[in-house]
Amino acid sequence: MDPIQSLIKELAVKHGRKRESLLPVLQGVVEQERYLSEHSMIEIARELDLPAAEVYGTATFYSFLEHRKMGRFVIRICKTISCSMKGKNQVLLAIQDMLKISTGETTPDGRFSLVETNCLGLCHKAPAMLINEEVYTDLTPEKVRELLSEYMMK
Amino acid sequence: MTQKIQVNINGFPVDVKPGTTILEAASKVNVTIPTLCYHKDLCVAGNCRVCVVEVAGQKRLSAACATPCEDGMDILTNSLKVRNSRKHIIELLLSEHNADCTKCYKNGKCELQSLASEYKIMTQDFIELLPWKDYTIDMISPSIIKDDSKCIRCQRCVRTCAELQGVNALTVAYKGDKMKISTFFEKPMNDVVCTNCGQCVNRCPTGALVEKNYVEEVWDAISDPEKHVVVQTAPAVRVGLGEDLGFDPGSRVTGKMVSALKRLGFDSVMDTDFSADLTIMEEGTELLTRLKKALKDKDPDVKLPMATSCSPGWIKYIEHMYPEYLGNLSTCKSPQQMFGALVKTYYAKARNLDPSKIVSVSIMPCTAKKFEAARSEMHDSGYRDVDYVLTTRELSIMIKQAGIDFMNLADMEFDRLMGESTGAAVIFGVTGGVMEAALRTAYELVTGRPVPFENLNITPVRGMTGVKEASIKIENPLKEWKFLDGVELRCAIAHGLINAKTVMDAVKAGKASFHFLEVMACPGGCLGGGGQPIPTNAEIREKRAKAIYEEDAWKPIRKSHENPEVQKIYKDFLGEPLGEISHHLLHTKYTPRQRF
Amino acid sequence: MAESYHLLKRADFIFRNENDWEEILTKTIKRTPQDIINELISSELKGRGGAGFPTGLKWKITAEAKSAEKYVICNADEGEPGTFKDREILSRVPYKVLTAMAVCAHIIGSKKGIIYLRGEYHSLKEALEKSISEFEYYCKKIKLDFSVEVFMGSGAYICGEETALFESLEGHRGEPRNKPPYPTIKGYMDKPTVINNVETLAHTFTIFKYGSKKFYDLGVQFSRGTKLFSVSGDTPKPGIYELELGMSLQDFVNEFGDGDTKAVQVGGASGFLVPRKKFQETAIGYQGKLTGISLPTGGSMMIFNSSRSMFNVLDNYLEFFREESCGQCTPCRVGCQQLLIGIKAVKRGERPAQYLEKLLKLSETMQLTAKCGLGQSVANSFASIVENFREEMIY
Repeated sequence: MDPIQSLIKELAVKHGRKRESLLPVLQGVVEQERYLSEHSMIEIARELDLPAAEVYGTATFYSFLEHRKMGRFVIRICKTISCSMKGKNQVLLAIQDMLKISTGETTPDGRFSLVETNCLGLCHKAPAMLINEEVYTDLTPEKVRELLSEYMMK
Repeated sequence: MTQKIQVNINGFPVDVKPGTTILEAASKVNVTIPTLCYHKDLCVAGNCRVCVVEVAGQKRLSAACATPCEDGMDILTNSLKVRNSRKHIIELLLSEHNADCTKCYKNGKCELQSLASEYKIMTQDFIELLPWKDYTIDMISPSIIKDDSKCIRCQRCVRTCAELQGVNALTVAYKGDKMKISTFFEKPMNDVVCTNCGQCVNRCPTGALVEKNYVEEVWDAISDPEKHVVVQTAPAVRVGLGEDLGFDPGSRVTGKMVSALKRLGFDSVMDTDFSADLTIMEEGTELLTRLKKALKDKDPDVKLPMATSCSPGWIKYIEHMYPEYLGNLSTCKSPQQMFGALVKTYYAKARNLDPSKIVSVSIMPCTAKKFEAARSEMHDSGYRDVDYVLTTRELSIMIKQAGIDFMNLADMEFDRLMGESTGAAVIFGVTGGVMEAALRTAYELVTGRPVPFENLNITPVRGMTGVKEASIKIENPLKEWKFLDGVELRCAIAHGLINAKTVMDAVKAGKASFHFLEVMACPGGCLGGGGQPIPTNAEIREKRAKAIYEEDAWKPIRKSHENPEVQKIYKDFLGEPLGEISHHLLHTKYTPRQRF
Repeated sequence: MAESYHLLKRADFIFRNENDWEEILTKTIKRTPQDIINELISSELKGRGGAGFPTGLKWKITAEAKSAEKYVICNADEGEPGTFKDREILSRVPYKVLTAMAVCAHIIGSKKGIIYLRGEYHSLKEALEKSISEFEYYCKKIKLDFSVEVFMGSGAYICGEETALFESLEGHRGEPRNKPPYPTIKGYMDKPTVINNVETLAHTFTIFKYGSKKFYDLGVQFSRGTKLFSVSGDTPKPGIYELELGMSLQDFVNEFGDGDTKAVQVGGASGFLVPRKKFQETAIGYQGKLTGISLPTGGSMMIFNSSRSMFNVLDNYLEFFREESCGQCTPCRVGCQQLLIGIKAVKRGERPAQYLEKLLKLSETMQLTAKCGLGQSVANSFASIVENFREEMIY
């Protein structure tokens, strides 16, 4: 049994094998692997006795359930209007400049992925972003450079 | 006695049962509300929004297919608000659609095209969205072409594949402007669990899902003076073909079909029903052999229940989903493939023809047959046994192209050698038919008497119920079959792959007590196949079934073993059922495939 | 200005401490269900998520539905641009929400509560689950059979729509269902369900504690009580404020604007853009018979000053809808794309200015025919921005 299969078996034990268990199981795999590979989806289909196409169709609906390979740290920067108004573009440029990738890409060393996301509910402390599940607000280009340097040590 | 409620449709009062939708209520007063995502065979979706109507007192318009009537509802199906909205919806659909109709396979038969024509959409004010999208056209499958540029995302295909067939090869993926109908990881249909049954093709309103067509290839073969083109026609074709050529559903057009095929230029027009009778001989013998091994020899390795193997959609399904049960399938090829193997051997020899110059064509109600003909093992004749498979729809295309006045054709008869058939053969086209044909022969073989049913009509196996079970008690059999005395021969019949799943799960759980299983992948059996005329619904399939049983009733010979051409082929060529030549030409192997 | 308009009135009920939640819970469930329902109905509390359905009525219908299995769901899928109040409520006063859910369950006959928490709020999960386990412990003590589970979303704004939320909970794509049937009769797992916004539940706690009259006496006719407003944009005071309903937008801008306010987006991308000239006549509340315009709202207030381009604002909203639409129904899926691509074409001069009229008509059709609130609401911001700032769309 490979690590993906054992992870999925654990998740199935924890959340059940019903249709309602699908989302928590998908989330569990993404939490550890950062994305859902073809292999993961097939194993989930097998474990939950669901058609593979159903698993794929459900997963691709949700923005956080990525099926393309993602880095260890997924940076999600808000692009909705309130953050836009408060300098999100400069912050985004600073990130792109520092990591040498554009939006939608992953660094070659597999550490960072950069995506834009919609309103994070932090409009009063804009601009805001998530790195995995951590929340960062009141961003400026300097702040974000400092932050990313810390992450580069991890 | 349920309380009835009253609603007003365009001012006309109509009484309906509570729970009736506005769409259903409207049809009662002869008001047709246009629809796209709605289909009688499937659950209500309510996503295309074409059927919106105005309900007095409501701010927004309501989808007629999804809104239940309430007492006193005042409904307008053609108010200005409704018409303007509907026009917008059609224009929106056209803006994300490859509307190059003159180059489309569904030209003239497309539901979106009909709507646009009805509403006289003569300008496109909205911006074309297709250039901004990257869509794929999947032409890899030998049976089905999926063209995403024509998809209107009504989800009929997804619902069909999930609810009717239980295969779930198609799904809805992504959201927003990226939402599309897809397979697992957008793989070609040929690379996923698609069984090629074509039920999705039958229900797609546009040209997004169509059969792979071989009309031009067949025209080329017919026009080639070097080639001898033989055609075989499946039982279900003769009760469906008429629908595309001006006849009502349930019309028997056998004689005209033969006549038309001759006029198209086929060198020999023969009948798949012949090889259906042959299949009964081989499969009947196989079943009795297995029963003997199980009940007389007490052989523990015998695989029972034995399942029929003439439906290639069913074959691919069991190969993917229940590969451990491949041994339960009869090793018999389908009638199409038996015929194909014999055309380039038995027929070629009898007519003194060079088999390499024979082109073997079949007309099928089926899209999966195209896949079957292309299976790597189907060349036991030494050549490809069946070169081209045309659906019923493709045949009607050829007939129209040739300018044949089909309605007024005189009836003609099939050519000899492989053109004679019995009533047992023609019922292969309806669910329960293979079972009935097999029982008529097997019972008589074992007891020496015909089946104990009036006029040989084994009614317990007939009908549109998803899973049927029936049994026949064997009493006073012939000496050779003494071990069957008192045995209740139990049968199960399933049609539509979702019912195949029910049966196979029962087999897996050890709860199956039957000996013989007939499965047809398509609802209704082959008469509802993926290659039959569109539209399809339960009513139409019932009519086709009735026509098939009529064909059976009027046949002079009703049992497969009494077919003189079948008796001849055993005498002159095959020897005996399950003999060496039969084994080589008429039996096959299966391939276990991935479930996911 | 009519006398029914109020000057900005602050209140402090929601974030007042919740240390007495155990007492409130015990006390409230001793009352008859009918009594509690009547209290809620007389308070005239309306849903605070944006749809504004009377809460008392919702609980009543669900209580009357015949089923052994019923559910209470807290909609914490806060995703409307410019809204951030629910995050605050769940972080600071979760026990109010849990108490409200338990009371509701008690009334309607449910044993199970679910909090659907949007994926982006994952950092709240651990603390919330801790509160839940303490809460459940207390429920056991007072012999109340009620448990709560947190279900995480995964990045889909549309899952805030009630039936899409049920689909998501059931393990499917978050595609809204046909209504009728309504959640009160057929909701989660096709069972009678009360689904309420986080803030709505927090307000019921206030009503249980202080009585409906206290709530009713705040606000104005048809818009009783207070509401949390999420203020952001060109304002020196971004943040969450609890204010009485019924204030005029002019008073709001006077308090929160930066002196140069050009327009305010009320209710997020699904809401309305109000230009400066209409501040005076616009009151913030629910549809009613006030003079002037009255706007239903989830409380998102985004303030734009004169440096902002309304074209960029509209472009941003349409981009949002285009991505977040579930894609099921034609008017929303294709309509959002057409509106976005349409305004870009007009701006670039590829289409004449009159094309905006065609787009406005399209947005009307979307409002009339879309399957759910998302598609139906796009016209709100589209029409209000295009009609009030037409020059900015063209030049």
